[in-house]
Amino acid sequence: MKRLALILLLLCGPALAVQPDEILADPAQEARAREISQGLRCLVCQNENIDDSNASLARDLRLLVRERITAGDSNAEVIDYLVDRYGEFVLLRPTTGGWNWLLWAAGPLLFVFALGLGGLYIRARSKAEAESEAQLSPEEQARLKQILDGNG
Amino acid sequence: MINELGHFALILAALIACVQAVVPMIGASKRWPGWMAVAEPAATAQFLLTAISFAALMHAFIVSDFSLKLVVENSHSAKPLIYKISGVWGNHEGSMLLWVLILALFGAMAAWFGGNLPPTLRARVLGVQAMVGVAFFAFILFTSNPFLRLAVPPFDGQDLNPLLQDPGLAFHPPFLYLGYVGLSLCFSFAAAALIEGRVDAAWGRWVRPWTLLSWLFLTIGIALGSWWAYYELGWGGFWFWDPVENASFMPWLLAAALLHSAIVVEKREALKSWTILLAILAFGFSLVGTFIVRSGLLTSVHAFATDPERGLFILAILVVFTGGALTLFAARAGTMQAKGVFGVVSRESALVANNILLAVACFVVFVGTLWPLVAEMLFGRKLSVGAPFFNMAFTPFMVLLGVILPIGALLGWKRGKMGRALRQLVPAFVLAVALAGLAWAMQSGRSLMGPVGMFLGAWLVASSVTDLLTRIGQGRDYGRLLRLPRADWGKAVAHAGMGVTMAGIAGLMAWQQEDIRAATLNTPWTVGAYEFELMNVERVQGPNWFADQGEISVRKDGEEVAHLYPQKRSYPVAKMPTTEAAIHNAFRGDIYVVIGDAQQGGGWTVRVYLKPLANWIWGGALLMALGGALSLSDRRFRVAAGARKATQPSGVPAE
Repeated sequence: MKRLALILLLLCGPALAVQPDEILADPAQEARAREISQGLRCLVCQNENIDDSNASLARDLRLLVRERITAGDSNAEVIDYLVDRYGEFVLLRPTTGGWNWLLWAAGPLLFVFALGLGGLYIRARSKAEAESEAQLSPEEQARLKQILDGNG
Repeated sequence: MINELGHFALILAALIACVQAVVPMIGASKRWPGWMAVAEPAATAQFLLTAISFAALMHAFIVSDFSLKLVVENSHSAKPLIYKISGVWGNHEGSMLLWVLILALFGAMAAWFGGNLPPTLRARVLGVQAMVGVAFFAFILFTSNPFLRLAVPPFDGQDLNPLLQDPGLAFHPPFLYLGYVGLSLCFSFAAAALIEGRVDAAWGRWVRPWTLLSWLFLTIGIALGSWWAYYELGWGGFWFWDPVENASFMPWLLAAALLHSAIVVEKREALKSWTILLAILAFGFSLVGTFIVRSGLLTSVHAFATDPERGLFILAILVVFTGGALTLFAARAGTMQAKGVFGVVSRESALVANNILLAVACFVVFVGTLWPLVAEMLFGRKLSVGAPFFNMAFTPFMVLLGVILPIGALLGWKRGKMGRALRQLVPAFVLAVALAGLAWAMQSGRSLMGPVGMFLGAWLVASSVTDLLTRIGQGRDYGRLLRLPRADWGKAVAHAGMGVTMAGIAGLMAWQQEDIRAATLNTPWTVGAYEFELMNVERVQGPNWFADQGEISVRKDGEEVAHLYPQKRSYPVAKMPTTEAAIHNAFRGDIYVVIGDAQQGGGWTVRVYLKPLANWIWGGALLMALGGALSLSDRRFRVAAGARKATQPSGVPAE
């Protein structure tokens, strides 16, 4: 396992990713290629997009993306082409299809739920009888005094 | 011999932890003072013995004792001294020893500075802390012993991963662990309070400094790691939403929430059960982080050597402690009635909103991190969740937090007046909108990220200033600023720091410029407002590496701004290349230059990045940590710490 990690590190090691010879002549097309690349995962690395990765596979994918763009594909077509070949594992931004809606909705759903709960709590607190300070037991009063005097 | 002493000290510390986990707990429930009093010397002894053990391991690294397996695998005689030392925790076994050392340190600090705690609570806190200790001592001794010897010691070691041979990363783990593991004390306080069945304002006051301390270290640790990634990995990325990074970020978010909810407990005796839950979860997420890093469940470039047996052990620790505490919580939560009353418009309500946003943000990170695993196990889908997801799903909550923070910070306690707070914030708001408009007008694209970031940055910084100014009253007596409680300064500085970080992140992501080319000698090219020229490339030699070093001149309007020396290094022993970017740091942004391989057609690959506001990210983090430190030095905590502390010199780190 350790060796594997080391190999991965070597493959995706810190070095230059996009090489000068890969860059397309047309700046608009190159910009599209970069945009697409940043959403694609280098399959042999961990959580690195192919734009930042130095792995040779990432280079192949970058060249492939540029090949499709020069062939006239739209961004969506390029991505579909790659997903067809490599599966949705290649997408750094998961789709919303299937159960993935839950992934995308999890945060907002919990937020709405927590807002409701928090709202109810705050309402309850604002309506509660003002029982707090007045109702310290003699014991608690003594303890409070002790703490405030700084010799607890 | 020294190694054996270290090993022996570690075993002794484990045994003492066993005693400390049992005797004080029994004493507390039977009200036997003698049994409870065991906790304090035991905690001290446990810490000292662990420190001896750690020192022994460090000694082995410093003198390059290659009879130790760990030293052979992670060190080399030619390595600079500082990296021999940092090599101690640059591996699984050593970092676990550092982990228990810090665990024992926090336990000991609770014993030393907890003189004012009720004896039963103190005994229970130390007891729970020791239980966590026992689990981790057992983990080290049975699965990851750093003191294993080799029968035939080799002539030299295999060197530490060169990426880790760097000052930023040398001190990243200790800070991170101080934060992670510090949260164990909050956990112990929560568990002890549940056992006691009593959570009151005093408890809130006791737990807050420890949370603040842990959060502060976690902030520094995360910032150091991110800064390291920025300059070391060669393209200036500062955050990758990698599982391991997320593992440190989740406890940070929860610790930030805990920090704020403990204020409500202290001020109003409300939010008690939520605060207890947060304390349990914050440490729970620290354990989840440890599990993620060391189990290999979610592989990551940062992960240590992974091993299923170790993974299972940590999973067991995680389940027992978080599960146990949560069960206890379920049984006792009903007894924790809120006492205080506060209006709908009040600082307390704003703090509730703060907690909701931070907790939901943490949840988003959690779901995103574990989703690939869930999808594979339940739906048979192999998919990735990367930066684009987190940027979209996580950011809105942080933006919202940034928007409401200034309003909440200015609302009055108990019953606030919304109109008054908003009126006070008008200048800050106008300034922030003006800056956002300026950013919008000056940028070339139509992206919202930059302007929104500038708005949040200015809004948070200006409102923090407003907050301080409102405290000096109508008299405009600026001398009163200096006499304000340190906690007020801490609050303002930390909130402003968050604004600075937000502005930095947005500026960098929105306005970064990049140029990649095969540069030939003495042929200038321009990127943005700057002109670059490759002057020379030469071979240079370091202690355990050699490198191709470029010399690049950076000019603006014909005048030289910087002379940069980027390197492409090779570490022959570890057989790894690294890039050493050359960075010209400036307040407005960095010029980041990287040199790569020689090109076949002549020349060298050179990448140039202009990174606006890059330093603000870490500068803001430093401000946040400074704010935490200011709050921690507030007199309130010293008063709370009680008589024993009052006799000690101020500035003791545990305050």
